[in-house]
Amino acid sequence: MIPPPFEYVAPKSVPEAVRLLSEDSEAKILAGGQSLLPMLKLRLVSPSLLIDINRIEGLDYIREENGWLKIGALAREASLERSDLVRSRYPLLADTCRSVADPQVRNLATLGGNLSHADPANDHPAAMLAYGAQVVITGPEGSRMIPVEQFFTGPFESALQHGELLTEICIPVPQMGSAGAYQKFERRVGDFATAAVAVQLRMDPDGTCAEAAIGLTNVGLTPIKAKAAGDVLVGRRPDDEVIRQAAQLAAEAAEPMDDQRGTEEYKRSLVKTLTVRALRTALARAGGGVQ
Amino acid sequence: MKTYPISLTVNGQKVEANVEARLLLVHFLREVLNLTGTHIGCDTTSCGACTVHLNGKAVKSCTVLAVQADGGMITTVEGLAQNGQLHPIQEGFHEMHGLQCGFCTPGMMMQAVAFLEENPDPTEDEIRMGISGNLCRCTGYTNIVKSIQYAAEKMRAERGQSEPGMEEMVR
Amino acid sequence: MAETQTDTQIQGLGHRRKRVEDMRFIQGHGNYIDDIKLPGMLYLDIVRSPYAHAKITSINTEKAMAIPGVLVVITGETLKQYNVHNMPTLMSDTQMVLPVDTVKYQYQEVAGVLATDRYIAADGVQAVEVDYDPLPVVVDPKMALEPGAPKVRDDKESNHIWHWEWGDRETTDQAFDQADVKVVQDIYIPRIHVSSIETCGCVADWDPIEKHLTLYMTTQAPHAIRTVVALVTAHLGLSEEKIRVISPDIGGGFGGKVPVYPGYVIAVAASIVTGRPVKWIEDRTENIAADSFARDYHMRAELAADKSGRMTALRISTIADHGYTDAAANPSKFPAGLFHIATGSYDLKHAFVEVDGVYTNKPPGGIAYRCSFRVTEAVHAIERMTDILAHTLGIDPAEFRLRNFIKPEQFPYTSALGWEYDSGNYALALRKAMDMIGYEELRKEQAEKRARGELMGIGISSFTEIVGAGPSKHFDILGLKMFDSCEIRIHPTGKAIARFGTKSQGQGHETTYAQIIAEELGIPADSIKVEEGDTDTAPYGLGTYASRSTPTAGAAAAMASRKIRDKAKKIAAHLLEASEDDLVWERGKFYVKGSPDRFKTMQEIAFAAYTNHPPGMEAGLEAVNYYDPPNLTYPFGSYICVVDIDRGTGEVKVRRFVAVDDCGTRINPMIVEGQIHGGLTMGFAPALLESINYDENGNIANPNFMDYLLPTAVETPRWELGETVTPSPHHPIGAKGVGESATVGAPAAIVNAVVDALWHLGVKNIDIPMTPQKIWTVLKEHGAALEE
Repeated sequence: MIPPPFEYVAPKSVPEAVRLLSEDSEAKILAGGQSLLPMLKLRLVSPSLLIDINRIEGLDYIREENGWLKIGALAREASLERSDLVRSRYPLLADTCRSVADPQVRNLATLGGNLSHADPANDHPAAMLAYGAQVVITGPEGSRMIPVEQFFTGPFESALQHGELLTEICIPVPQMGSAGAYQKFERRVGDFATAAVAVQLRMDPDGTCAEAAIGLTNVGLTPIKAKAAGDVLVGRRPDDEVIRQAAQLAAEAAEPMDDQRGTEEYKRSLVKTLTVRALRTALARAGGGVQ
Repeated sequence: MKTYPISLTVNGQKVEANVEARLLLVHFLREVLNLTGTHIGCDTTSCGACTVHLNGKAVKSCTVLAVQADGGMITTVEGLAQNGQLHPIQEGFHEMHGLQCGFCTPGMMMQAVAFLEENPDPTEDEIRMGISGNLCRCTGYTNIVKSIQYAAEKMRAERGQSEPGMEEMVR
Repeated sequence: MAETQTDTQIQGLGHRRKRVEDMRFIQGHGNYIDDIKLPGMLYLDIVRSPYAHAKITSINTEKAMAIPGVLVVITGETLKQYNVHNMPTLMSDTQMVLPVDTVKYQYQEVAGVLATDRYIAADGVQAVEVDYDPLPVVVDPKMALEPGAPKVRDDKESNHIWHWEWGDRETTDQAFDQADVKVVQDIYIPRIHVSSIETCGCVADWDPIEKHLTLYMTTQAPHAIRTVVALVTAHLGLSEEKIRVISPDIGGGFGGKVPVYPGYVIAVAASIVTGRPVKWIEDRTENIAADSFARDYHMRAELAADKSGRMTALRISTIADHGYTDAAANPSKFPAGLFHIATGSYDLKHAFVEVDGVYTNKPPGGIAYRCSFRVTEAVHAIERMTDILAHTLGIDPAEFRLRNFIKPEQFPYTSALGWEYDSGNYALALRKAMDMIGYEELRKEQAEKRARGELMGIGISSFTEIVGAGPSKHFDILGLKMFDSCEIRIHPTGKAIARFGTKSQGQGHETTYAQIIAEELGIPADSIKVEEGDTDTAPYGLGTYASRSTPTAGAAAAMASRKIRDKAKKIAAHLLEASEDDLVWERGKFYVKGSPDRFKTMQEIAFAAYTNHPPGMEAGLEAVNYYDPPNLTYPFGSYICVVDIDRGTGEVKVRRFVAVDDCGTRINPMIVEGQIHGGLTMGFAPALLESINYDENGNIANPNFMDYLLPTAVETPRWELGETVTPSPHHPIGAKGVGESATVGAPAAIVNAVVDALWHLGVKNIDIPMTPQKIWTVLKEHGAALEE
């Protein structure tokens, strides 16, 4: 319940945060703190220094620019949830934000933090995989942009090198006929997913699927992009049989383990069921017309 | 033991202190400021008994450091009533028997107030989702929902809006 | 709307009186244990064992003591010098306060660290170095009983604690042999934990000059604690008149704040050793991992019937997992509590129950979580078996119950297991519930859905509760008889103060007890201040748990009021210059027969008690009553639950839940409803969400709210309540207890609904919690999981 001792600093700029981070290998970034503080209270981590980036102005933007939805690392889950832009054009993201923890946690938790923490149980990674998103990483050498597929390297491990922090998330602006959905099954509201499926797709006017990508939450050591499952939809009319095939492939792509939330067999079955439901919801939304 | 100076406003009063970096906001409120109305019910950010308003947002004060609140504005349950007048949420909890042991109540009310400011005319489903971060063991939530509906209606009336929520409350 | 005999100024029985307690709670001015701050106060935090069974080979406190602000580390060796390293349990077993050489469960207290603030105390705990030699662990009570199983207790012969039985084994066995139909079912009710939002704690304040101990404590039974502390510390020089236990505001009890936990005793010892106040507050992980659990009953239940569908015999054999010591908070004659209420609401002629207590390497406890002393277990068994039997016979479960209920004219009814039920009308409650939920239409809908492959179930639980422990003939806790008390004093201006031996933890006693007195005396409830919890001022009582307060202390309030009325009559006679025999009582006043304009109000009488009392009579107007109930009370009800099962995920959704309760006279219907809402939720949670899980090494998997899943407002169903009123014939105001009825009755209704949904697939029983994983597995095994 009581954190171990640490030092604290609140830089006013990203370069300052980068400098502080580079100078101390035991330092940790404090953004929303809704994952870090619980770990500190259980004494699972013992950093020397907390670098509080919440004083850095201008890191919480949500805006479309040059074909991307650009989200600053400090954008809160609650802001994303409430954003008209996100609700109307990024339903998968809206669904995902709404499924994280609870309203109070969402007031502080950030999308940037959710991705940086790289907990395979976190919800946003799968959605970002489905979106084909990119992340901007800023470090002592400057900024670099990498596809989110390369970001998650292991449980609680990311592509962030020493001295680097995630500063921006970029989601491609969806084209006509796009929609998405997140289906999360949890033991109780606010829990991590027993399993969850993120779907983002685009329909052509002729009723065939032009693009589709499926991401899986908490059924592996990292979030999983079920590539074959998405691919099987492309160029075809997504009828029950096609949806079933996609769901089967998604279940095969999952690598769940037995734990308190469920057995491997159950989770795999959930992936199948949730993929069907996520696809049906996304298709209904696409039918409704995005943009 | 290194300490950091912080300066903030709590329930309208300016406060200054020197605190360890690791001091949780809930302990700052309870132990340093003696505002013991905010409670601790768990150690995994699950129960919401510690909910306060920080810069206008409901947060779980057990999962915020006091140093993070430097320069900020906090409202706790002790700051809800104004000039001896109960806040509609407090009135609602009393009128509709929304509390029994009272331990989850301050956090529940603080979250409810923030929720109603966002969503002044909610459905019952929305209310239940709105308090999904707050646990109660005594009431089974039925009367908590009614208390929030009562407050919603009163707050809408005070804002001069009409009350379409009446049917929900009577039901 | 309940009928009331008093107006809104008096607010007697039946009024939906708003709660007196609310004002401080809604303004953040409650006075809970962790709010208490005394000058010079120190903080106690506890080092705990990571092993379920191990020898302690060394405890090194050097690093901890080197931390500035850490004052002392207390170990079992420290306490042994004062012979307080062990303490007796409520069942006369032995419990360690701190171990001298061996730990018996994971998270067991191993040492106490005392520091100047709680942050330093936590650092101190982390710095204490303990070496352990792990020992073989016993987790499964059935395995614990096998020959050659590792022994949990070095001071005992085996892992078998006791055998208890009740009823006539021979005639019951015969009835089974002769039965036309019989069903048998193994039913396991796992460990759960009350998890009231406030954890347990205390502030021990030893005054070395006065040799006086003030113990602020989260306790549901302050007087019993005081006496036990006095007995256990007598050899250290403490004396009962110099021990004051104060139970301030308690953030939920539910039975979890009845036991004496080691933390309290270590805090007392620490305060005596340092001469300063010591605060101990456990965190949630400690609370779930180490404090009293509830349930953990492995039952084999059998029910027999004749071919016309009349139940004839019940047999239940149970293995009770008690953890490493028997510290269940039972009345001393009943190691399995009131489990022998298991014949339930049915007119069963033959019954036999037996329970065997077993030691395992887990924390002690067993009685908690609104169980009314094992009545949850008993009701779960009989209501499940009733449904299994009904389904086996192909008879509608509601019809089957109606056929077998004890009939109203049979009351008072003596059950096959010897309980004399005071009153009941089971058919009325069930029919009301069926009416409220639209039972016939639901059965039609179920048939239609079943034809389409959809899984919908309807479950009933028609329970009889047994509360109000209890008559001195049979009930005691550590020898203390289970009466309870009320002391009322009327002031000159006609206001009153009433003190009780019970202790509310949210039940609203400050509001409801005043209503009882208001009804009896015609004084406004608002004029009656109610106090509980301070052993220096409150009359002796056994506390609040097992729904006993209204049946015992509520009765005492009525009886004390009547004594006051008797004296008031004498004073009125004196004031009116009339004979007592010529006076008539009309709530709030006495008037002269035939001359109603010649009267004296209670206010006038009260004033006269101090200013103009009759010669030869003592001044003042007060009374105390210690109420020894002649019998327990038997609240009852019928609950009906409708579920829909998601074949893809296994999730059970409770679509509707109707609860009809009968607790006799309803003192404050608003509060009764609140108790039922809360009780239902604590019945729903174990049915679907909660269980404490151990692995084979005794490691607890879920000692926190991340993984021990309390329901939020989202999962919790929208309860629909109804009531019937069948007063208790022996209670002074006809009331019965009600606090736990819903927790007792609800789980079986939900299980019955789920099994009802799946019976046609060949499913006969599912143990709680019925998690989606569990249901999905059952569906898969029966070929009913959704194949996309």
